Amino acid sequence: MEWNFRDGIPIYTQIIDEMTMRIASGAYEPGDKLPSVRDLAVDAGVNPNTMQRALAELERKGLVYSERTSGRFVTKEEAVLSELHEELAKRYFEELTEKLRKIGMDDKAIKTSVDKWMKEMH
Amino acid sequence: MSRIEINNLTKKFGDLTALDDVTLSLEQGQIVGLLGPNGSGKTTLIKILNGLLQPTSGSVSINGNAPGVETKKVVAYLPDRNALPDYMTASQLMDIYGDFFADFDRLKAEAMVDDLGIDRQQTMKKMSKGTKEKLQLCLVMARQADVYLLDEPIGGVDPATRDYILRTIISNYNENAVVVISTHLIADVESVLDDVVFIHNGKIVLHKAADEIREEKGESIDKLFREVFKC
Repeated sequence: MEWNFRDGIPIYTQIIDEMTMRIASGAYEPGDKLPSVRDLAVDAGVNPNTMQRALAELERKGLVYSERTSGRFVTKEEAVLSELHEELAKRYFEELTEKLRKIGMDDKAIKTSVDKWMKEMH
Repeated sequence: MSRIEINNLTKKFGDLTALDDVTLSLEQGQIVGLLGPNGSGKTTLIKILNGLLQPTSGSVSINGNAPGVETKKVVAYLPDRNALPDYMTASQLMDIYGDFFADFDRLKAEAMVDDLGIDRQQTMKKMSKGTKEKLQLCLVMARQADVYLLDEPIGGVDPATRDYILRTIISNYNENAVVVISTHLIADVESVLDDVVFIHNGKIVLHKAADEIREEKGESIDKLFREVFKC
């Protein structure tokens, strides 16, 4: 898995986004053990303190949990994971809608087009 | 705990003021970028921390000691030019480092030398400029020091080696040590830095957490540097 960082955005927030995506997409499955902070930091080419800070935030959000001696794991809580999916789906939908509105489509046109495109993409 | 303390440090070379009333404190557990254009005072500052130059006024200390025998035990220094005898082979230089520094990890050095494809039996004289730099960096990073002072560690090497070096710095990270990287190649190092220190005309103009800068300014450290030091 590749890490790509964009300029001008704190690296720790970009790590949070990337890790969240990996959990939501199942690249890391529920109950999977995460690599160590150091290994993740080396892999991403970032400072270990920054990686640590991002993982602490993911822990605060309940997406990962620590076991004192054995490391960090992806949550197995169904509720947390489905909430995450809901949240991401909403975010993408908002982005899409915003763009379509910018090019002059109203809600009705968007709805019609979504149905049309869904069929075409099958 | 602060590893490096610099108080009201001024260094003059005749009429030229290389460092002008610099005060700076660097904590352990951090990777700090000492960033400034050519001639801003980066190397002078690092040389003073190593006891190679004496302050005109003010003071510096490492673990509470002025630069000297005690600090040399705990400071791993990568100079900006080769300071090793070039008639020696990589293997002999590892012997020398092992003799001089109690914290030198020979196995680690050998692993790095092999990773970078350096011939252990080749004399330094016969090595390319880039290979010499790689070897010096292996020697320095194989120490378990409290303070790493790296003066332009990535200046003369290819991008693949640059990545290897940065990965080495990250994987060597230790919460008791402080790593100071002096460079003007900011885009290459900025993702590994905790803190950045901008130095200009011998003065510290900024000392901040890297992510804080990105958050506040909405731009990369590299971009901010180009703005601050616009010619």
